[in-house]
Amino acid sequence: MAEMWLNMGPQHPMTHGLWNLRVKIDGETIVEAEPVVGYLHRGWEKIAENRMYPQIIPLADRLCYGASMSWEHLYCNTIEDMMELEVPDRAKYIRSIVLEAQRIGSHLMWLAALGTDLGSYTIFLYSVRERELFLDLMQNLCGARLTYNYCRIGGVRNDVPANFERDFDRVLTHFEKKMSGLEALMDQSTVFRMRMEDVGYISGEQARNLGVTGPNLRGSGVEYDVRKDDPYEAYADLDFQVCYENEGDAFARYRVRMDEMYESCKIIRQAIKQMPKGPYRLKPPRTAEKGKSGWAHVEDPRGEGFMYAIGNGTDRPYRLKVRSPIFVTVSAAPVMLVGYKVADVPAIMGSVDMCLGETDR
Amino acid sequence: MAQREGLGPGGKTGEVIAQALIEQFPEYIKIKKATHNRVYAMVDKTAWLKVATYMKDKFEFDHVTAVSGVDWLEEKKMWVVSHITSYSNQVTAEIIVELPRDKPEIDSVSNLWGGANWHERETYDMFGIIFLGHPRMERILTPEGTDYFPYRKDFVGGRRV
Repeated sequence: MAEMWLNMGPQHPMTHGLWNLRVKIDGETIVEAEPVVGYLHRGWEKIAENRMYPQIIPLADRLCYGASMSWEHLYCNTIEDMMELEVPDRAKYIRSIVLEAQRIGSHLMWLAALGTDLGSYTIFLYSVRERELFLDLMQNLCGARLTYNYCRIGGVRNDVPANFERDFDRVLTHFEKKMSGLEALMDQSTVFRMRMEDVGYISGEQARNLGVTGPNLRGSGVEYDVRKDDPYEAYADLDFQVCYENEGDAFARYRVRMDEMYESCKIIRQAIKQMPKGPYRLKPPRTAEKGKSGWAHVEDPRGEGFMYAIGNGTDRPYRLKVRSPIFVTVSAAPVMLVGYKVADVPAIMGSVDMCLGETDR
Repeated sequence: MAQREGLGPGGKTGEVIAQALIEQFPEYIKIKKATHNRVYAMVDKTAWLKVATYMKDKFEFDHVTAVSGVDWLEEKKMWVVSHITSYSNQVTAEIIVELPRDKPEIDSVSNLWGGANWHERETYDMFGIIFLGHPRMERILTPEGTDYFPYRKDFVGGRRV
């Protein structure tokens, strides 16, 4: 049969943003795939070179609106490494708590998108409803719902609000109860399993070599988690499991994220219990030494986020490099797609959790 | 949850790796700092591919975290900074390769690590650094027909008032 190229995107319900997936199909079967990104390129790194250090924090929020806490924290972490600052213990715990709350929020947003991709509006409504509670918690904490501007170089902006422990406990208890129902809705659905199982296979070896990170890597049986293997903030003192599955298909990636949400609840509970008293912020220097560099990597909800900064003696960075996990993961998309049908594309790419704001920067 | 597979603690610290690199490539490598989970080094550009291969084969560095370009306009040089992680040893190495600014060419490592492929394309796109032996040295983020390298320091895209 004749082969032809099919453009899925830049405007397509599958894409979750502005990117183009070119697939070469033979009948219904994909024989070649080529992701095209860059439609949302803003020159983030160049913009950052012209801003003062604190001004970049809200800018980092905009890298991914679904996980903005994770990105602003990564930025602050990088600058702290460059300026050699040691964050107060209380700030470390507060950061760990909000990062995990952000992880749950981000995973729920992914689940909602996956639900609509697979034609189940129920999944979308249920997960967005539960996500709302976490957004409310964040609003209580810092006043914003999506782009928080909460982390600071050397700590966090404000201490936790009144009744912080009580509110978190209520939300987590409610969420865990609801999650088991939500999980059953998908795990026991024949339609969901038929569309997710045995599609989008990527082996652990390939995933590792192609730079796939985060839940997508752990779905292929590689047990690597930056929180565990190179701990930052308070994660070294907290007890949690690295969630992974060996199957390497879209369903395994879905399972990893669901398990991670339970682990995040566990982490938040522990961190709230162990949180020490004390200062939550220190005063950072305004400038960084010339030629001094620093970097940090964290476990973003989507994979390994990384930033590399160089100072030049002024209050602005000389260079700020961002590694986006999805930018690299999407380069491995051809491996996941080739051999499957066109109708599997939404399930496969949906299981990857695309976010274009960070991919194109 | 499933059984653990593939990853084992390699047990080589950053200091051990740095020492081995120095012994293997004494005239090409300069170690700036080495701690138990970090290695900071500068590598001569002629030996970069050999060092990368050695690190991958000997110490299981199997993940490229990032490849970044840095433009030093006044010093008339460019840097390619690679951050490479070993999952089993839990060590991340920062390797800086210095290039002349008027001829920024370096060996590509994307045949060793597929994950470096798009990073190198992006670095080419933004800095004009050419990665020799790359399977597809094309622009990636900027629109078609772009004829400048936007992240170079002599490119001024706009100014804040």
